[in-house]
Amino acid sequence: MTDTPATAAPGSTHAPAQSVGTQVLGYAVGLVLAVALTGISFFLPHSALIWAPGVPIGLVVLAVAQMGVHLVFFLHLNTGPDSTNTVLALAFGLLIVFLIIAGSLFIMSHLNHMMPPMDQVMRMQR
Amino acid sequence: MNLLGKLTWAAIPIDSPLPIISSLVVGTAIVGVLGWVVVKGYFPYVWREWLTSVDHKRVGVMYCLLALVMLLRGFTDAVMMRTQQALAFRSDGYLPPEHYNQVFSSHGTIMIFFVAMPFVIGLMNFVVPLQLGIRDVAFPTLNSVGFWLTATGALLVNISLVVGEFARTGWLPYPPLSELAYSPGVGVDYYLWALQISGVGTLLTGINLVTTILKTRAPGMSLLRMPMFCWTSLASNLLIVAAFPVLTATLAMLTLDRYLGFHFFTNDAGGNVMMFMNLIWAWGHPEVYILILPAFGIFSEVIATFSSKPLFGYRSMVLATMAICVLAFMVWLHHFFTMGAGADVNAFFGIMTTIIAVPTGVKVFNWLFTMYGGRIRYEPPVLWAIGFIITFVIGGMTGVLLALPPVDFLLHNSLFLVAHFHNVIIGGVLFGVFAGYTYWFPKAFGFRLHSGLGKAAFWFWLVGFYVAFMPLYVLGLLGMTRRMQHYDVAAWRPWLLVAAGGAALILVGIVLLIVQLVVSIRRREELRDVDGDPWNGRTLEWATPSPPPVYNFAVLPEVSGDDAYWTTKQSARDAHPPAYGPIELPRNSPTGIVCAFFATVMGFALIWHIWWMVVVGFFGAWATFVVFAWRDQVDDILGADEVERIDRDAHRGTRAPALAGAAA
Repeated sequence: MTDTPATAAPGSTHAPAQSVGTQVLGYAVGLVLAVALTGISFFLPHSALIWAPGVPIGLVVLAVAQMGVHLVFFLHLNTGPDSTNTVLALAFGLLIVFLIIAGSLFIMSHLNHMMPPMDQVMRMQR
Repeated sequence: MNLLGKLTWAAIPIDSPLPIISSLVVGTAIVGVLGWVVVKGYFPYVWREWLTSVDHKRVGVMYCLLALVMLLRGFTDAVMMRTQQALAFRSDGYLPPEHYNQVFSSHGTIMIFFVAMPFVIGLMNFVVPLQLGIRDVAFPTLNSVGFWLTATGALLVNISLVVGEFARTGWLPYPPLSELAYSPGVGVDYYLWALQISGVGTLLTGINLVTTILKTRAPGMSLLRMPMFCWTSLASNLLIVAAFPVLTATLAMLTLDRYLGFHFFTNDAGGNVMMFMNLIWAWGHPEVYILILPAFGIFSEVIATFSSKPLFGYRSMVLATMAICVLAFMVWLHHFFTMGAGADVNAFFGIMTTIIAVPTGVKVFNWLFTMYGGRIRYEPPVLWAIGFIITFVIGGMTGVLLALPPVDFLLHNSLFLVAHFHNVIIGGVLFGVFAGYTYWFPKAFGFRLHSGLGKAAFWFWLVGFYVAFMPLYVLGLLGMTRRMQHYDVAAWRPWLLVAAGGAALILVGIVLLIVQLVVSIRRREELRDVDGDPWNGRTLEWATPSPPPVYNFAVLPEVSGDDAYWTTKQSARDAHPPAYGPIELPRNSPTGIVCAFFATVMGFALIWHIWWMVVVGFFGAWATFVVFAWRDQVDDILGADEVERIDRDAHRGTRAPALAGAAA
């Protein structure tokens, strides 16, 4: 290229300069946390550390933490000004997922209640 | 092991002459056009400048062209249905039931996925980067891939006309009818793969445009200085990104049922048929807002421009748009009130549905107040807009009626419903894209469309719409259900004859649109748009020459207020030559069309269970991406002197004062 272009072409990416060491450290911490969370979730059901009926809730907590680790260390979500759009997109995505899942549960549970299988209806009429 | 899977000569419907003859005519026309292009030596130009183009303007125009061509196909289906119902009183009409069922299924599928969607996306593609004052969308090659995958879907639907059959299930393939047990043919498979492939294209475009709007605006173009069309495009594309994965997942589950014997939606083995209705409408309702929001944006631009006033209540308009964007995900059950989820659920979704009418009402009043006191020029775009306001308000009110569960129990699946959604889709989306088409045509091609013929087309469409669809409201109240191949109620007959007459009027409207295009091309010199601003516009797309050069803006505009170009024109300073610099341009790439070719092969093979060909198609598409990812040269550089030369040639003389202001 002979002359420097005034403006970058659409679609071209210029990665911000960051030392390799910092990047490797970030990924290493993320990997350790992710492996630890995975390990705990396999270990937990077989141990007597927490009350057995509480295990599913514990697994859900670990899963959410796992998502957080992935978002922060691997997808580089942070509180910097450049991340505003990403955070907003995440919030929007969570909202939509919540609306669809909660709405579907609401609809389908009522539906199952109102329209039980035919044999059950016959039994109720007897 | 059969090399051709399920495909045999029996797949060609020799016995039914109608599809064979019509597809022969269409095929001859396509071959004729291709032959003409090749013989005249235009092919290298078409390939270089259009088919492999990654320029958002070219891609946008190709989207609109696809939509216009598919509009003819979808309208043909509509005419067949109207004439069938006009004839089929106590008789079988001329379409046997299995053919009639395919006709109404393909009509809905084509009109939504391959007319409304490409038209709306095409206009967004063309206009949004220009309005934001930038040079292209965020990912230009992805854009081209998205278009070609949509074209693949359209092609597969049309192949079903000649090879095999199309779905007989309606435009949404409700199980259990769409399951293998009740639809053993390839019709539903054509539907599934056409929509899966074009759905990927739509999702790519959605991601692309969201990124473009959020990340790549001109300097000074803050979010609250964006033209209204950009806001509605943002909302619409956010909805695409959020909703289309739901469609993909739902159709994938149905595909697994049909191909691998799964039981997501079957009657037996624990399948839940109702879950399909739930999931498909969780996509389906946002989908109608994906279509209508950009149309709202077009009307906002058109009404402000032709009233020569800033848009009334800009911020309330933004708020209403974003409110609709979220509320769109909270109303989907109103499509199946009668499914039996009970009064609690129905009440919640009925109330949410009436609430979503509020932001729409805000918009209608904003348009009215924008026109109030304005000096309105009655050009075709503003006629479409006024026709829209009246028609859409009627359609919206019948929608609020249907939002009340007790009323819906009477009207569900009746022609009242059919009349309602045509009222909002034709009166809203279609009038919107026609307004946008007339409004931005001079920007795209450098000459205006003939005004008189445009007005005539508008009046035939408007009157034709009312004559065709108002009788359907009456028929719905008289108890006629949708999708009837024949009937024997004497009271319905006159209304169906009137409706068929309405379809004839709309046909005249369509013919007039074609005539308008032909006449305008022939008289393009006298309709020439010299200064790039034929309507005295307010937004940045009018600051470019018509048609805009490949880089859009020789010097990126600095935006310092609302209605960027209008303020610039008001404060036009002395002309002085702008400081030109070299511009990086993305290289054209055949990635999109090659990838779509392999996607078509793969889709066709999947439909007919030709497994070796599936592998070929998949690896071909994958290899295309690998080749693209390993390309050496990403951009071309347009030198500063070249930019200067192009900019001077583009009728700079007349536009100099305004441009100097824009560049300063």
